Order: sequence, then C-alpha cells, then structure tokens
Amino acid sequence: MLKFILKRLGLLIPTLLGVVTLVFFMIALAPGDPARIMLGERANAEQLAQLRSELGLDQPLSKQYLLYLGRVIRGDLGKSIVTQQKITDELTDRLLATIELAITSTIFASILGIVLGVAAARKRNSWVDYSTMTGALVGVSMPVFWLALVLIMIFSVGLDLLPTGGRMNVRLYFIPITNFYLIDGIIMWFREGKADYFVSALKHLILPTIALGTIPLAIIARTTRSSMLEVLKQDYVKTARAAGVPERKVVFRYALRNALLPVITVIGIQFGLLLSGAILTETIFAWPGIGKWIYHSISARDFPAVQGGILFISFFFVMINLIVDLLYSVINPRIRLK
Amino acid sequence: MSDNIKEIAPPAEPGFWKESWYQLTRNRAAMAGLIIIAFFALIAIFAPLAAPEDPLEQTISARLTAPFTDGYILGTDDLGRDLLSRIIYGGRISLIIGVVSVGISLTLGGVLGLAAGYFGGWVDRIIMRVIDIMLAFPYILLTIVIVAILGPSLTNAMVAIGISQMPRYARVIRASVLSEREQDYVLAERSLGTGNLELMFRTILPNTLAPTIVQATLGVGEAILSSAGLSFLGLGAQPPTPEWGLMIASSKQFITSAWWVVTLPGLAILLAVLGFNLLGDGLRDILDPRLRD
Amino acid sequence: MKKLFLLVLVLASFTGMAFAGGGSESEAAAPAAAAEAAAPATDDKAGGVLVFGRAGDSVGLDPARETDGESFYATHQIFDTLVEFKTGTTEIVPALATSWDVSDDNLTYTFHLREGVKFHDGTPMNADAVVFSLDRQLSEGHKYHEYGPWKYWLNYMGMSDIVGSIVAKDDLTVVFNLQKPEAPFIANLAMDFAGIVSPTAFMADPEGFSSNPVGTGPFKFVSWTKDSDIVLDRNDDYWEEVQLDRLILKVIPDATARWLALQKGEVDVIDFPAADDLPAMAADPDVELIQQSGMNVGYLALNNEKKPYDDKRVRQAMNYAIDRDEIIAAVYGSAGQVAKNPIPPNIWSYNDSIEAYPYDVNKAKALLAEAGYADGFKTEIWAMPVARPYNPDARKIAEIMQAQLAKINVEVEIISYEWGTYLDKCDFGEHQAAMLGWTGDNGDPDNFLWVLLSAPSAVPPAGNIAFWKNDEFTALIKEAKETADVAKRTQLYMDAQVIFHEEAPWVTIAHSVVTVPVSSTVQNFKISPTGTRVFKSVWLEK
Repeated sequence: MLKFILKRLGLLIPTLLGVVTLVFFMIALAPGDPARIMLGERANAEQLAQLRSELGLDQPLSKQYLLYLGRVIRGDLGKSIVTQQKITDELTDRLLATIELAITSTIFASILGIVLGVAAARKRNSWVDYSTMTGALVGVSMPVFWLALVLIMIFSVGLDLLPTGGRMNVRLYFIPITNFYLIDGIIMWFREGKADYFVSALKHLILPTIALGTIPLAIIARTTRSSMLEVLKQDYVKTARAAGVPERKVVFRYALRNALLPVITVIGIQFGLLLSGAILTETIFAWPGIGKWIYHSISARDFPAVQGGILFISFFFVMINLIVDLLYSVINPRIRLK
Repeated sequence: MSDNIKEIAPPAEPGFWKESWYQLTRNRAAMAGLIIIAFFALIAIFAPLAAPEDPLEQTISARLTAPFTDGYILGTDDLGRDLLSRIIYGGRISLIIGVVSVGISLTLGGVLGLAAGYFGGWVDRIIMRVIDIMLAFPYILLTIVIVAILGPSLTNAMVAIGISQMPRYARVIRASVLSEREQDYVLAERSLGTGNLELMFRTILPNTLAPTIVQATLGVGEAILSSAGLSFLGLGAQPPTPEWGLMIASSKQFITSAWWVVTLPGLAILLAVLGFNLLGDGLRDILDPRLRD
Repeated sequence: MKKLFLLVLVLASFTGMAFAGGGSESEAAAPAAAAEAAAPATDDKAGGVLVFGRAGDSVGLDPARETDGESFYATHQIFDTLVEFKTGTTEIVPALATSWDVSDDNLTYTFHLREGVKFHDGTPMNADAVVFSLDRQLSEGHKYHEYGPWKYWLNYMGMSDIVGSIVAKDDLTVVFNLQKPEAPFIANLAMDFAGIVSPTAFMADPEGFSSNPVGTGPFKFVSWTKDSDIVLDRNDDYWEEVQLDRLILKVIPDATARWLALQKGEVDVIDFPAADDLPAMAADPDVELIQQSGMNVGYLALNNEKKPYDDKRVRQAMNYAIDRDEIIAAVYGSAGQVAKNPIPPNIWSYNDSIEAYPYDVNKAKALLAEAGYADGFKTEIWAMPVARPYNPDARKIAEIMQAQLAKINVEVEIISYEWGTYLDKCDFGEHQAAMLGWTGDNGDPDNFLWVLLSAPSAVPPAGNIAFWKNDEFTALIKEAKETADVAKRTQLYMDAQVIFHEEAPWVTIAHSVVTVPVSSTVQNFKISPTGTRVFKSVWLEK
C-alpha cells in the first residue's frame, strides 16, 4: 500500500513540474510583449522598462523560467497587475466561495445521480430507465450558462422565489467566520438566534448548485446505472438471489457497495472539474469565486494573475485526482496489483 | 488489457461497416441523433434558402417582436433582427465550429497518437507525458486560457477547442495503434518491407477508425457547447455574428421582458448537441465492442 | 454505505484545507465590528443599511488617481473636498473650508479650514493634510508624486498649468497661488480628484492606499470584496449629521438583474436601468423613478491621428452615415436625446443654432468618394464594456453603427476590453474610433470643452481621445477660460462649438436623461448633476 502511494506521489512531481512549465511557456510565448499588453501603448519607455524588469522580462527566457519556478516552489505566484495585490491572497479570498459551490453541487449531483442510476438499473428497460437515461443525455448536452439563465427566468423572475445572484443578501452583512456561508449562517443562527443568515445563504446557493450540478448529475447517473448493471450480472449476486436473499437486500447490501467504486472515481473527477469549470456559472450568478476572478483577469489581460490562477487550479485539480486515485486503491485493493 | 483488444478488434473489412450500419439503423436513439444532425446539416447548407430574412438586417422599429407576430415566426431580437433567420445561420456557424475544431484535434491527436503507438519507447513516453500534463488542466480552463492568449475571435476559439480536445484523440488512437501494431496483417506488411510512414498511414490508421469516429462524434457536440460558452463570455464569435452563445449573451438583459430571445437559441444548442451525443452513444455501442454489455 | 462515508471524508478534508487558507477576508472586515458597537443615533430618520446596486466595480479608491464614475461613487462617500456642490446642484458651498478669500488680481485664493475635523484614522485634518493631498499631484519633486498618474489634475483639468504653489499659512489656512486667472478654479476644487486624503495613512502604504482609503467623509471604508461589494460605515464624527448606519455599494453588472434585485428588496437604489424596463418601473408602486436631464454627452471619438480619420471629410461622412434616431430608439428609449453639440443643452453657452448632421447616406458616400474612399474602408469601433450614464449599452450601439456604416461600405470591427484597460488604451490613443462620454464635474462648459477637446488634452494619457488638435478652437476656449465675464465667455464657447461642428472630431451620440430608480423607502435622495451619488443626507423610512 505504502509503496503504491509513494509511486503515485512520485509521478505527481513530474506532472506538476510539467504543469508549471506549460503554463509558463504558454504565457511567455504568447504573441505580444506582456509589458506592452499590460500597459497599453504607454509610449513611456521608462514605465515599460520598469515593468519589464519588475516582471523579469529583461532576462533570458531560460533564466525567467528558473526564476518563476523558484518563486512557485516558494508558494509565490507574483502580484496582480490590476490590483497590485498578491495573487495568492486574491485567490484564497475567493477560493472558499468556489469550494462551497463545488461541494453543494457535488452533493446534489451525487445523491440524486446515485438514486436515479440505481433506480434505472433495477428496472432496466422500464419507463424509469428510459426517462432517466434520456434525462441524463439531455443533461450532458445542456449549455450550462443557458440553463442558469432559464433557472433565473423561472425561479427568480417568474415565481419570485429565489435571488438572482450573489452569496447572501448584502443587507445581512456580517464578518465571515469560516467563509462557508452555510456554516457561517448556522453559527450566526446560534449566536443571534435568527435563521436569516442561513436561509439567505441557502437560497442564494440553490440555483447555482442546480446549474453547476446538472452535468455531473447526468454523468453520475449514467455511471451508476452501467456499473450497477455490471455488478448485477456477477455470479455472487446471482448466487445471493438463488439463495433466496430478498431483492432489496441484494441490491442495496451486496450490489450497490461494489457498484459505487467507479462512481466514487467519477464523483471525485467531477468535483475537480467543478472547481475549475465554474467560470460561466459564477459569472452569471455574480458568485465571487475563482472562476469569476479568472474571467475578470483575462478580460483585463492581467497575465500574472491568469498565470497564477490556472496554476493554482491545475494544482488543485491534480491533487484531487491523486486523492481520488489513492482512495480508490484503498477501497479496491485489486488496483494496486496492476 | 491489450490482449483482450487484440482478439475483438478485427481489421476493418467492408462487412464490418455494413454490419455496423445495419445495427445503427436498428438503434432508435442513434437514428434520432442522426436525423437531428441531418436536419441541422440541411438547414446549414441551405441557410440562405431556409432563412426568411437576412440575419443581419436590423429593423429597429420592430425590435423585440414576440414569436408569431407580424410574420416573424420566432420573433425578433432587440435590434429587430429576425430570430429564426439568426438561429438558422447560427446552426451553420456551430456546425462549422464543431467540424473544424474536431478536425484540428484529430489531425494533431492523430499524428501524436500514431507516432506514440507505432514507435513506442521514448517517443511514446515523451508524447504521453505531454498529453498527461495537458490533461492535468481542466478542459474548460485550458480552452479559455488559449483563447485569452490568442485574442477573442471565432477562429481562435476553434483553435483553442481543437488543442484542448486533442489529448483524448491522441489517447484513443494510440491505444488502437498499440493493439493493431502486433497484428498479423501488419507484421506481414512489414516483412514485405513496407516503410514506417506508409505502414502508419495506409495500414494502421484506417483500422483505428472505429473508436475515433465515436470520439469525434461526441467531440463535435462538445465543441459546439464549448464555443457557445466562449462566445457567451465574449471570447468567441464577435457581434453581429449570429452565433448561438453570443445571441444568448447579448439578450440576457431581456429575461424579464422577452423570453424568446434567451430561450430559443439555447434550445437550438441543446438540440444540436443532443443529436451528436445520441449518435455518438449509439456508435459507441456498435463500433466499440469493449463497451457493449 | 461505508463507501459513501469515504466520499464525505474527501469532501471534509477539502473543507479543512480551505479553512486553513481563508483568513484574510475576515481580517479586512474587522472594523465592521467596531461600527456595530457604536451608539445608535436618536431620531427616527437615523439608522438602516442602504444598498446601492451599480453596474461595475471601482477601479481604485484614491480619488486623485482614478477617473471613472464607478470609482468616484465610492470615493465621494469617503473623502471630502475643500468646497463642494450643494447636493443636487452645481452651486458651490463650503465643505472642509468654511470660507475663502480671493485677491483682487484673481491670483491668490485663501481657504480657512473647518476646525476639529479628523480623518477616519484619527489624524487631524489640517492645512498640512490639504497641502499633502494636492501637492502630491502638483509638484514633480514631491516624494509621492510618482504614485500618480494623477490624470485629472495633470491631464484633464490642467491644474499644474493653473496652480503655482500651495502653501500652509497656519494650521487652518491654506493659500493657493495661481499662475493665471482661471474662472472655473473654485469649481475644480469641488471635484473628487481634489479630495483630501489622510497623509498618515497614505505615507504608511502608498501603494495600498487605493484599496484601503482613509478620508474625512460621511462614510468610512470597511471592506472591499472585489467584483462584489464595498462596505462603508457611518462616520460618527462627521461635521454634519449622517443618517445611514451603513452604505453598501454592490456590483450587479446586468441591468435586468439590478432591476430584479430592487424588486426583491435586495437593494434600495439602482444605477443605469435598462430603457426597456422603465415602463415597468414607473408602474411599480414600491419604486420611485428619480430623473434629471443629464449633464453629459456620449460620443464616438474618431482618432484624428489615425487614417482615415485624419481627413475631415471622412469624419463628416461618419456623422452623416450614423442615424442617431435609431440608436436612441433602440438603446436609450425615453431616457435620451440626440446630441448635436459636445456640451449638453442644460449647460450655459449651448449653441442651439447649430444644425445637427442629418442622416444622409448619399451625402456620406459622396464625401467618402471625395476623400478617396469610394469603396469604403475597414475600421475598428471600440465599445465600453460597462453601462455609463451617457451610454447605457455601448456594444449594442456599436452593433447598430456597424449595420448603418455597412451601407456606406465601411466595415466595422467591434472591440471591447475590460473597463480599466479600455480607459487606459483610449487615453493612449490605441483606438481608431472609440465610444466614450463625459458627465460634467462642475457645470462649467470649460469642463467639457477643455478636458475633452483642447489640444493640450490630446497628449497621452489624454482626455481628448479624438486626438484632435485645432489651434483655432483651443485659442477660443483658452480665452474663455481666462475671462471672468460670463457673457463674453458664452460667445467664445458658442463660436468654439461651430468649429467643432464643422471639423467633426466626434460623432456625437446622445445626452441621456439620468434615471435612478429607488425603493420608495429611500428619502431625500437627489441626483447630482455631476453624475456622482451623494448619500450623506439620505435616510430610510422605517
């Protein structure tokens, strides 16, 4: 086990190194002088020179790369051109908003996806199966930004039930405690004896969660179904059935726990994708997370920020995939033998 | 794992394709997908005939006309342009984007996958390392960043989508090349002195077609989705191009007053992508026997 | 089900990681706690949180460094100026200076400062602070001059050509020595860029000041969550009574989303309503529309330093080829009127005898042919990414222009950047043609014509982004600037507008009617003609 973990961790280092290298060269070799792009046509040669030396652009590329690598290893992603703040600070300020949304979406997609997937597999070729699978196919074909707008149209504009954006009614301004507004809402509930904060946070989460969770939901439902079908064909399930074990018990006690193995991998991967893929959803719901921040940095052509942002998310993504792999090997020892 | 593939992936023969087509016609979902795609393709090709009006013609006095009024079947947008015509021309643009992006990924991924699979050894290791690194970036982020660097335009969006989707083709093609490489027919050709390049492109490549077709069909759908998303963010098509994502972006301020300008282009995206996903799923069941149950 | 538990474990471990990384926002918000503890004011007007839903975020919060309205929305609440505009008018009234004397030669202005005023950080507001705030913009030798760009002071208002020196005569007396008589000088000092900043806070962290501002204004800075909200709390030591406990500036980029937020009571005041939503707003009993003709102009600047706009005939052709009525109908609705002059009709010296360029495609084609562009040309049109008072939707206008210009074979490419970048690039003349606009700062025609069209303003970073350098025009408005007699000034400005019309450096688009929808609980809110939003005298009905 330890050997497997070490081997997997060993693979991590070249991957991360590759990620840093690719990010660096993508930005460095992009057409146009970054200093010039950032400053616009500030004909002021002095400012240009100053910025270029600030960014280390006057050094040879190989040296720039080593310098950048050194800084990244020390956890320094540089400063944003627009705000002049440290990029790591800007990112951590927004990270929790993104994670909160990714977690609620993953939970929503997992629970509903597994339930639907199991139902479809149990009643194969029934209307339950067909409608679930059709729904799942429509789900993966869905333009998320459009779904988000349609949800707003129905639930905010039409039915007037839910807010259109943001994380909490700004009127309920409070000092964030954990910066997960749901948890903060509960703490405030205890502290002030009123549920307003929690309710507001919850209401603000519903639509973005649905919008962001739809595609993972569809994928999880499909995976659960096919994995479940696979397992139900296995001998031990047949044996259990033949031995007169009640069908419910066969499905939930024996089949499901094995069928969930691949599903957990998929959930992990989807969680990683949600952290990065929330650009559209965050933009539409004015959700102050990393996706929206990256979008702003891109439109401002704030290249150090873009560079830092993708690096940060990719690291996160790689780490999550690693953790999913490791967890999977814990649950399913066979994989280690390969 | 590769042992299994060798057994069940026979060299392509006319009979294989004929049999596949027969199976396809019996797969209702895949046929539905094919019909949707054919429908969009026809409309795209004959857009000038199908569209009642010029998609760029503004009639400010008729702005935001509701569907089925004053002869506008699907109504007009906020500059008084006929929505139906814009959606029709949008289909043309989306199909082009889908096909061109997939073409780019196929070319890049095909060359890399072939080289990696055929030569093996250090060539394979380097290529797969690069591919793994690319896969370490979340797909959407990679696409957005590439467009951001190249500058927002429809062409750059296609290039970005093409590059970001490339790794999966490289992987698929490499896997099938690996399984073909040691097949008897290849060994026979090689013993006859056929050169590397000719072997790769004339003999092995055609036999990797089946899994590639599946991947490409699904890829077109995803490319349409991605380009709509990019355009929605202002990173893809630019006004006044009747691109579906852009149409939604520029009418999102009318969600309270004119539902049709937001909903209809989105439905078009959904339907087109659904078509490719239906067909892709069906093809996978038929062409990729590993996934049959 | 044990496996599901594992999933929860994964999620929980991330939660843990996230906790570890996310402390900084709470630190920034810490001062809020102090404000909450402050004693509530007594009468029934006092108290409440007002949320202002606006279209874009501020660029920075140092009033002297920024040039855009979204930044001034915030700085105006945090900082005071020596004199200010009486809320809702352009009349000059005392602020940090309680009185002032002007010498007979109009060259020496002496300001007597209000006693006992303190900055939010406790630093006393005195003559040194005033000198510091303005001298950092004026004197190239000043230790903090390099933290500029001080675009307003240097470029837009040309203050360095007006002011010779600023001297602290005693603790509460500041003397300005002018280089030449300048009629609008006092009004200039009421503008945001002349805000008085805390020298202690600025010197402690010059770079960070614009994200952590300290002034003497009615509200003090609490926190700024980028792209989301700026929170300001009442300054209990303010020299006038302030009613609101807290003022929150919330960014909601989409006009319809702002309107929905107002309907749901999430915000109390919103900026830039979409023209299409106005009828519904007017019909809503819980919403009041506060309107005033805007002291503004929206225009398309044709860069005179770039081809083909170096040719007057091409510029005129553009003016003939663009149908302003269509633009007004599609974008402004009832909230706009066609512009024919660079200054709005509610500013004195507006020359109404000028005939607007009619929409005339043939005339435009003829002019292009004459200029050698019979087959048309390709051009960029830049469009701002945000709604502004003078132009609620620049991208849409660009699309309309694109369709209209296609009729004279001019092929348009629409270009847009993020707001801050857009302004920078325009200031440095990267554009071929760019939309922008102006809201008057002080009610003086000079504030439009000098800032936006004089030759000295056409130097990067420019206010004159048409880069139009017309000596005759500049001479006229320069003379008007240095003349005290209003009748004579009026005539000079009228003549200048004739030259502007003939030379056509811009395609003037529209003057808007500024509409601010507010919730009916909001009391005493007045639109300021200068485009800023003043909240110090606003209160909420309980």
